Amino acid sequence: MAEISRRVMIVDDDPDFLEQMRMCLESRGYSVSSASSVQECENQLKETEPDVVVLDLMMDNEDDGFVLSYRIKKQFPKMPVIIVTSMTHETGMDFDETDDPGHWIKADAILAKPIRFEQLEREITRLMRERA
Amino acid sequence: MPEEPEGEPTPEPGRAAASLEKLKILIVDDEPGMRTAVARALTGFTVSVDEIRTIVSFDLIQAASGEEAVLKLESEKPDLMLLDHKLPGITGLDVLAWLSDRKTDILIIMMTAYASIEAAVTATKKGAFDFLSKPFTPAELKASVRKAVGHLIALRRARMLEEERRRVRFQFISVLAHELKAPLAAIEGYLYVLKDPIACADTATRNLAVDRCLIRLGGMRKLILDLLDLTRLESGQRKREVQDVDLGEVARSSIETMTPDASARDITMELSMPDGAVVIPADRSEIEIVMNNLISNAVKYNRDGGSVGITISRRSPRVLIEVSDTGIGMSREESAKLFKEFVRIKNQKTRNILGSGLGLSIVQKIANIYGGTVEVESEPDVGSTFRVMLNPGATAVSPGTSGEVSGHELVKLEREA
Repeated sequence: MAEISRRVMIVDDDPDFLEQMRMCLESRGYSVSSASSVQECENQLKETEPDVVVLDLMMDNEDDGFVLSYRIKKQFPKMPVIIVTSMTHETGMDFDETDDPGHWIKADAILAKPIRFEQLEREITRLMRERA
Repeated sequence: MPEEPEGEPTPEPGRAAASLEKLKILIVDDEPGMRTAVARALTGFTVSVDEIRTIVSFDLIQAASGEEAVLKLESEKPDLMLLDHKLPGITGLDVLAWLSDRKTDILIIMMTAYASIEAAVTATKKGAFDFLSKPFTPAELKASVRKAVGHLIALRRARMLEEERRRVRFQFISVLAHELKAPLAAIEGYLYVLKDPIACADTATRNLAVDRCLIRLGGMRKLILDLLDLTRLESGQRKREVQDVDLGEVARSSIETMTPDASARDITMELSMPDGAVVIPADRSEIEIVMNNLISNAVKYNRDGGSVGITISRRSPRVLIEVSDTGIGMSREESAKLFKEFVRIKNQKTRNILGSGLGLSIVQKIANIYGGTVEVESEPDVGSTFRVMLNPGATAVSPGTSGEVSGHELVKLEREA
């Protein structure tokens, strides 16, 4: 069986979250790159061309994740994007995907923090399968 | 009511900085002549409240009965009411009783022809602020209104300050909750990694996860300790013990505390002192907090292999504590907001440095107690120098010499009380 490329890029300003996801993903054979800001992510994106991008919604600005996701989708329409956020918990805002028929949120999945690795991996696997 | 020449001084036009405020007065009397006389006396009347540089003028409205007064109280929401005691329908006291069930800060001045102590006591019990016995002169009326306005403004101002205090407190607590939640989430995440047999099959991963947990726990403990320091400083409940404190000795003990962290990163620390000990009357624990915060920052925000310089010097009658590092430094914009609570300079270079965001705000509060100042001079990638100037003699000056009560004066007042 040929080696399947499984490159994941994680964008989050919390170094511990980055580290934890890296630990879990790398031990399962993923190749992980990380960025801690919108700027850093955009700089790396062309070079690393990940199979999936996992974004934190709130970084320097409250909606950095949305902005970044929108830009990624514009540049790489097929690249799956997962947004993780603690926003639902903190603001009571709800991102039920059925509420977004116009898909103004350009993300393939939204996960609420705290997320467990299993949850994230399930989404990553699903999105990569759909894309293949 | 006898007429009286206009004796009220009009506000000087030169004091343009004063702000204007308008209050509404409801005049309640069944005699039209009385209402007109009162209204005439108060037309153009102003009260200047010097403490808040405000000039108060009045809108006058009238009611001829208790029933009409109740309607106007509801629709016009006056700030002040001049209320006749004896009215044809419901009486002045009935109006007072009606008002007492409502949450309002209206002040009432009772006007009555039957001036008896008894009537005054009853009215006061029901919430009247003042009492005018008919007949009264315009001067007496104005004096009473002036008194009521002063009271009302002071009351409203106190309420505003209280609301502001509550808002600041709420904000502090919500930021604090967030700051306490972050390390918990991080530790929880690492515990899940440690529970994951695949991820922690590797020893290096396991060690890293445990180390990060310990670091985040340490940060959390520091935050809680800083919070306790801050609470003690602000509550003024802590017993301060002022004694002779040797600054060199405090600095040496801080340096000793920081030595393990510093040598792990090859950072050298050097203390420069003038000849002889520099001793000031102070609370030792406060000086320790200042020294520990400054020196630990200088180590934390340094580069590996860098150095920390601690200089203590006399600037008679003051003393200067200078702590400089060869670290990451910061921009002018960043240093401007440095002393605010929970402000941490967030950038690529500080990402892995943990701090409570309270340390420097505590240092500044303590410096204030000693009539001192904290300054920072910094250049990105070159380093920062923090200068704490203490004026221990200032605590001996008696308080209350100026109108403005500063932080250290408040603390002194508490100690003397």
